[in-house]
Formats: sequence, C-alpha cells, structure tokens
Amino acid sequence: MSEPLLSLRGVTKIYGQVHANSGVDLDVEPGAIHAILGENGAGKSTLMKLIYGVETPDEGDIYWRGERFEVTSPAAARKLGVGMVFQHFSLFETLTVVENVSLLVPGSKRELISRIKQLGTKFGLEVDPLAHVHALSVGERQRVEIIRCLLADPKLLILDEPTSVLPPQSVELLFDTLRRLAATGVSILFISHKLEEIRSICTHATILRCGKVTGNVTPKDFDANQLATMMIGRDMPDLAPAKEVEKGPLLLDVAHVSLPTDDPFGVSLEDVSLEVRGGEILGIAGVSGNGQSELAAVISGETMLPRAADGRLSMMGSDVRGIGPAARRKLGFAFVPEDRLGQGAVPQLSLTKNSILTAHSKGMVTRGMIHGSRATEFTRTCIANNDVRTSGASAEAGSLSGGNLQKFIIGRELMLEPKLLFLNQPTWGVDIGAAIAIRKRLIELRNAGCAILVISEELEELFELSDHMQVLHDGRLSGRFKTSETEPKDIGRAMIGAEEAAQ
Amino acid sequence: MRTFALPKLVRREKASLPILVAAPFVALAAAALSNLVLYAAIGVDPLAVFYAMLIEPFTSYFSFSEVLLKAGPLLLIAQGLAIGFRAKVFNIGAEGQFVLGAIFASAIPVYYPMASGAWLWPSMLILGTLGGLLWASITAFWRVRLNANEILVSLMLSFVALQLLNYLLLGPWKDPAGFNFPQSVMFPFDALLPTLLPGTRVNISLLIALAVAIMAWFFTQRSFAGYRLEVGGLARNAARYAGFSQNGAIWISLLIGGAAAGLAGAAEVSGPVGQLQRSISTGYGYAAIIVAYLGGLHPIGIVFSAFLMATLYIGGDNAMVSAGLPIAAVNVFQGSLLLAYLIAITFVRRRLVWPLRATTETVAQP
Repeated sequence: MSEPLLSLRGVTKIYGQVHANSGVDLDVEPGAIHAILGENGAGKSTLMKLIYGVETPDEGDIYWRGERFEVTSPAAARKLGVGMVFQHFSLFETLTVVENVSLLVPGSKRELISRIKQLGTKFGLEVDPLAHVHALSVGERQRVEIIRCLLADPKLLILDEPTSVLPPQSVELLFDTLRRLAATGVSILFISHKLEEIRSICTHATILRCGKVTGNVTPKDFDANQLATMMIGRDMPDLAPAKEVEKGPLLLDVAHVSLPTDDPFGVSLEDVSLEVRGGEILGIAGVSGNGQSELAAVISGETMLPRAADGRLSMMGSDVRGIGPAARRKLGFAFVPEDRLGQGAVPQLSLTKNSILTAHSKGMVTRGMIHGSRATEFTRTCIANNDVRTSGASAEAGSLSGGNLQKFIIGRELMLEPKLLFLNQPTWGVDIGAAIAIRKRLIELRNAGCAILVISEELEELFELSDHMQVLHDGRLSGRFKTSETEPKDIGRAMIGAEEAAQ
Repeated sequence: MRTFALPKLVRREKASLPILVAAPFVALAAAALSNLVLYAAIGVDPLAVFYAMLIEPFTSYFSFSEVLLKAGPLLLIAQGLAIGFRAKVFNIGAEGQFVLGAIFASAIPVYYPMASGAWLWPSMLILGTLGGLLWASITAFWRVRLNANEILVSLMLSFVALQLLNYLLLGPWKDPAGFNFPQSVMFPFDALLPTLLPGTRVNISLLIALAVAIMAWFFTQRSFAGYRLEVGGLARNAARYAGFSQNGAIWISLLIGGAAAGLAGAAEVSGPVGQLQRSISTGYGYAAIIVAYLGGLHPIGIVFSAFLMATLYIGGDNAMVSAGLPIAAVNVFQGSLLLAYLIAITFVRRRLVWPLRATTETVAQP
C-alpha cells in the first residue's frame, strides 16, 4: 500500500458543549475517491473545514504526505494542494466565467481562457469561458467552481454534497469527470448522504456518526441498507407504500398564473397551472432557483397576486387573489416554509411564542390579549407528539437543531388541522430518521383526505411521497406526471428543460 | 507577512441573562470613569463633579423632587419610543412630536385665556396627545406610501416643529401684554396640572407616566398587537409568513410614539412651565432615545433608566454651578453612556473568542 496523501490522527473539534468531531482518524490514498458518509450533524462539514483550514482542530494532528502540518487558513491549504468546492457556490453572477476565475488564479485572460478550454476537454468540464455566470445552469456553475480549483493543480479535491443541486443527467457527467481526475492521481473527498451514489463512484468510505468514525469500508461490498444502518446506528424504518385513496374535492386550483419579477436574478413565473385534490399529494420537482421561492410565495400569500390578476388562484373554492397569509389560514391552509430560522420560526423567541405565530387562532388570543397557558399547552402537545428534542416549551427556537425545529414547525402546522397543506423542502437538512417520520405523517394525512403540495429538490423523496408530479423549470411548470408510471429520468429531462410538455 | 491574531466576536448559543442585567451598570461605570478622566483633563476636579452629579440630587427634598419632575416626560416618551424600536421602526423625531403636543395643548388657554373649570387641563392633555400623534402620522404616511426613511423624515420634522413654534410665539400667539417676549399668555389656574408633592413642582403627570409604563408592559408582554410588532422587529420574513401587516406595524409604532411624546409635551406646558415658550424644547425627545435603549427597550427597565437620566440632568445642572463644568460635558456624558451601553449589550448575544495558540505561520485570508 502506498503512503497516504492525507492523514488525520485523533482530530477533535469542540463547539461549546458539542463535540463536532472527536478523535477522528482518516487516511486518504492518492487517486482515491473517498466518501465521507454521515447523517446531518454527524460532523462531515466540520471535518472538511478542518482539512481546508477554515477552522483549526482543538486536538490531534494533520499529516500531508507523512509530514505534520498546521493548516491555519484556506490560503495555506491551497498552497499545500487542497481545493474545495462548496455546496453553495461563491461566484459573482454579473461577471463572466474567466473573470470569476481570474479573481483567484493569476495569469492573463487569454492564458486563462485557453487553460479553461484545455481542462474542459480533458476532464469533460465544457463551459464557455466568456459566458456570464448568471446565464449558466447550476451544473455549469459547479463546473466553473471545479475548474477554478483545478487551475491551482490540486492533489486533493474536496466536494461538499456536490450532487444535491444537480439533476440526474448532470450527476452522471460529474461522476465521469471525477473518475477521470482520479485516474490522473488526484484524490477526491466526496461528502454525501446519498448511498447509491457513493456505492457507484467511491473507492473508499469513512462513516461518521455523532462526530466519531464508526467504520472504514469499501462501499461496493455493502448494499444501501447496510450502509444506512452503519450511518444511523439502527435499522432503517420502513415507509408504508402509498395506497391510492379516493380523490376528494379540488382544494387548490392554480390556472395560468404569471408573475414577472423585478429582481434581476429572480425568476418570473410564466403561465403556471396546477391543482391538488383532497387525498392527493402533488410533488413539484426541479433544481432550486427555477422559481421555487417565487411559486411558494404566491401560494402562501407572502407575495400577493393583485385582485385583478389574470388566471385563477383559489383555495377551498374561494378566490384568494388579493388575500394575505392570515386570511388563507382561516380557510384551512397551512404552510411549512423552506427557511426555518427567520421565516417559519423566530430564532430569539421561545417555542411557545413561536406557536402563536400561526396557531394564534387556536384559542391563544382573547380580546387582543395572549392566553399564555393555552399557548404553552399547545406547545407541550406539539413537542410531545412530534418527538421534538428540546429542553421544553420555553427554549429559544434558535437553540434547536435544524431537524428538531423542522419537526416542531411541521407539528405546529399539522395541529392547525389543515385541509390544504403546502410544504417547501420539508426534509432538507433533516436526518434520515426524522425525514422518514415526516414522510410517514404526510402520507397519513393524505389518507385522511388532506390535500398536500410539496416542493422538493430530492427526487427520491418525491417518488416516495407523491401521487402526481410536475416539474418547475425556468419559471414554467410542466404537465402532470403520474408517479407510478414515471421513471426518474423522465423527470430529470424536464428538470433540465429538455422536454417542455409531458404526456 | 505576520498578522496580529485579534479576538473574534462569536454568536452565543443562548442570550446571556446575567450580562443583560449587568450591561446598564457596567455601561454607567465605564461612562462615568471615562468622563471623570475627561473632566480632569479639562481642569475640573473629577471628585467634585462626581459628587455634584450623582450624590447631590439626593441630598435634599427639593432637588430630589426636581429629579422626579424631569423623570416624568423622559419616562413617557421613552415608553412610546421603545415600542417602535422593538418593531425596528426608528422614530427619532419625538422632540418634534413633543413640541406639537405642547402647541396643541396651549391652543385652549391661548384662545380662551379666561376659561376655567376642571375639564381644562384634561382636555389640554388629550389635545396634546392628538397633536403628537398627528405629527408622527406624517412620517408614517410617507414611510408606508413612498418607503421614505422614517429616521430622516421624523428627525427633519422636528426642525419644522421648532420653526412652527417660533412662528406662533413671534406672531399670532405672542402675549399682547408680554413686553414683546416670544411667549404665550400665562395659563389660567385650571389649565395647570394639580401638584402631587406639596411644596414642589412635581405634578400628577408623573402618575400618568407610571400608568403609561404599566400599560406599555401589558402591551408589549401580553397583547397580541405587541407580539405582532415584536415578531416584525425580530424577523420580518416570519411576520410576512404569519401574515402580520408590515404597514400596520409602522403605523402603530409611530402613532404610539407620537401620542406619548405629545402627551409629555402637553404635560410640560401645563405643568412646570405654565405657558408656551421657546425653551420647552430642551432635548427630552432625544434623551428619551437613550433612556429607551438604556432600559433594554423593556417597560420596567425604562422606569429605572428614566430616573437615572433625570438624575444626570439635575446632577449636570449642579455640576455646572458648583464644579464649573461646561454644558457640553453633560451632553458628552449622555452620549458616552449610550455608546458604552450599546457596546456592553453586544455581549448579551455574542462573546469574544481569543485565538487558542500563537500562530507563527498565519497567512492572511483572501
């Protein structure tokens, strides 16, 4: 066995009371595609930040080709030969590709253009160096990020959940690039919690649970279930397959709605139509940034459609153009927003006060005064029924982990007993156990006759949950796909706009 | 290149309650200390200033009653402003709303100088409240209509209010028997607020201010309207998500602040002053901003900070007389108190993290 390129020995990082990493050992071989596998909050991102020098470890040592190194900053890490592609891109949208590259890489523009093209053909990273970044798709932006790292000639490339933003077709292209890179001797650290992906591309996998290494395996030797069990430390709970239930009345009816945006990087909605009936889950697939936030705001009422706007927008049979979120809730509408802290909940306020945010009509306000004991009682019930891990109803919302806060918010909205429930990215950043619990609740609710609309980037989730799917691409919504008769690749095509209409 | 490893401010996982309580005291101590050094530097005996400012106001019945007298308007205005500040609506123009309150209240005795009856001073207070409210509504209207910054509009309207006062006192409202001084007629007896403590100028407006403080407590801590304002101030997107109206929050915040300042202005002309004068504008409206923040924007905290600020007012006057302190020094003290408090309050939600080890190879981050 050759000498490892990078070794970590006993690396520990503590934030306050939380051991984000404790005593982590890791060896990355040259030319390996090495997965770091773990649930949300298992310490994957912290570990990468330690390697890339964004944070410094409290204990333990980092060795580079057998020599001990202190990585004190990202610049020092880059000098060593470490490159990192973050989940959220750091590109300037108003600049061209080559201008973005030249911010970090020295050299004349002409030189850079030819090197970008050269790398493009060598590793399958084709992108026009003179294109403006805002005109590029997410997959192309990711290529720009990777190219920018490759120009510094790295020995180790870190990718933080690179596939979470990509449609299925682009994922294959990315994997092809990564295999070619590994073949030239570059090591790749690949962070993910998507098990099938890891099995298909990675040569090694290190599994983290609660900040500790719980296994070093060759992913191909295990199936996805076994890997998941190692990752979450218990067996995967089963999800009951959704049985067809009888369709109820039409509860959400959107027809030919258009909404131009005045934000230069926003997305205009064009001629959007969808309908959801009682006892049905409709999933909206699509790569984020294709109008999801705009569509969500129109349906929730945060962006109000003018009363005289073209098209139709009605809930429970009433026209809701020109009507705000509070009035829509009175009709039996509930909404779980994408942003938990600052939209779905106020971080500085207690959970009790956060219950009042949307559930005040549940007897919490009498004659303009807040009925504190009723709000507390509501909150305690919500915490108990939804397995929210917290010190109690008086805990600040900001002190809860993302997954627990999401369980609280969804629980609160479900306690409103909605006829129509709308969720935007319901399980984003939620650990697998909690995500499955959430999906189970949604299916129960659907079986009880509720109409549910879900926007999600996770295709697997939509296939598990929804009866029908539509795809949002560039502000336009595709036709309806019946989930049981649809393949992921069909949805994938619509996600990248290759097919405008379905069926 | 070697760079110094500076400590970093890091967000706490939870707000620190001990620091929240200690912050005003630490700020007072820090401001006092730094100002005493300043006084020594300009050749004034710091100990004499310290005695005159913080001890002397409590040494006699009369000077203590003057503290109570000053605390009234500060308390009233600050309670109103704090409700807006919690909702992140920054009404900086309480001074102008105070002046308009004084003008509106004075209208009755100016036009009916012979009026008498128990209805007189209560209706003046009501009219004054209305005056402050109307003045603030101009700011609210333009903020909602054109998104005009309420800080600038309310502040500039304060200067307009002063000119309006000047115009009235130099023109139509000038006392015909007043030897051409820019002041209104002396108010009749029934236009004056009843005295609370015999032998002093303290009147029942202090009780009104304390009652307003209790109402403010119920409003901010118990009412749904107060809750909606608080959510709007802490997280605008959450307020939008819940369907709480942003424009409603602006209107309520500015109207409450304007009404409270107007009431204070009315109580000033019908209380210690007894006529409309140019000197009624002494900066209560600006000092109340400091009072509101020093009290942590909390109704109970503001009761304490209003009395502290009143003590500094009276103490400052004392220091000018007995220790020869220039008037600017009193303003410097007020300003440094607010600054010290804002620094101290930062540490309620944040803490300093010192670099763990001396880094020899620190490379500057891009």
